[in-house]
Amino acid sequence: MAWILMKALTLGMIIGSALIIWKALMCMSGSESPVVVVVSGSMEPAFKRGDILFLYMSKDPIRAGHILVFNVDGRDIPLVHRVIEVHERQDTGEVDILTKGDSNLLDDRVLYAQDQLWLQRHHIMGRAIGFLPYAGWVTIILTEKPIIKYVLIGALGLLMII
Amino acid sequence: MHSFGYRANALLTLAITLLALMCAMASFSDNINSPSPSAHVQVLNINWFQKQPNGNDEVSMTMNISADLQSLFTWNTKQVFVFLAAEYETPKNSLNQISLWDGIIPSKEHAKFWIHTSNKYRFIDQGRNLRGKEFNLTMHWHVMPKTGKMSEDKIVMPGYRLPEEYR
Repeated sequence: MAWILMKALTLGMIIGSALIIWKALMCMSGSESPVVVVVSGSMEPAFKRGDILFLYMSKDPIRAGHILVFNVDGRDIPLVHRVIEVHERQDTGEVDILTKGDSNLLDDRVLYAQDQLWLQRHHIMGRAIGFLPYAGWVTIILTEKPIIKYVLIGALGLLMII
Repeated sequence: MHSFGYRANALLTLAITLLALMCAMASFSDNINSPSPSAHVQVLNINWFQKQPNGNDEVSMTMNISADLQSLFTWNTKQVFVFLAAEYETPKNSLNQISLWDGIIPSKEHAKFWIHTSNKYRFIDQGRNLRGKEFNLTMHWHVMPKTGKMSEDKIVMPGYRLPEEYR
């Protein structure tokens, strides 16, 4: 009985420390998503599919050239593209932003929601400030071949019991 | 204490730690570089300058863009993303930045260039403020490393001015 509790405690501590690390990263970066994986090739050759991007969110002004991770209404996966146009209001400091993937021919207006011409601050999850190549492939494989996810969890579960 | 599992775990942890350390050192080595870039833009011609049906001004221009960005490249540089933005102020907006042209420089050899081009992206205002407007042409660049921290800088070239009348 004590043996089962020990195993459960070990598992709980592993999950707990992973959560603590993730939440700490969220605090440091100021973003809900401090690390994202690049899933499309629209920013090649700068970022390839499978690279990891480190994000940082601050109150600093958004300027042309920044690489932003943002959500579009109606899409569940965030996009990682570069700002090519900025219009900042005199009085409020609010901005209208237009983005484009480096290797796309057209700007992102075709990707925004219907009738949406610009992005605003509240769409932005963070700004990419650094990256690590290839480190995100694990996530892509787990997402696109979910069977591997179940196999891994099953194996982990087995290891705990044995 | 000497099972395969423990050994594999220790090896993997060491490998990841060493890789992260190497990445940090590579990124840090970029700070040692002290770059001295230069840029020059000449606006050759205003091709046309009109008021769009939706009420916004639009202008098309042809430019000679030249720059020497070779000193930005280090061994840890994957590419330099360079773009030229028109920057100006209007009564409604304290800052408007509109990218007119951009390019990717894959290596040091390509970093000294001269091109003759019309604006790649449309120069459209939010409103009708462009007649007689003074603007800066700023060359921005973003250095993307093979691994680590990205850096950016710019050269501001002031003193450009749009025509007083549509044409």
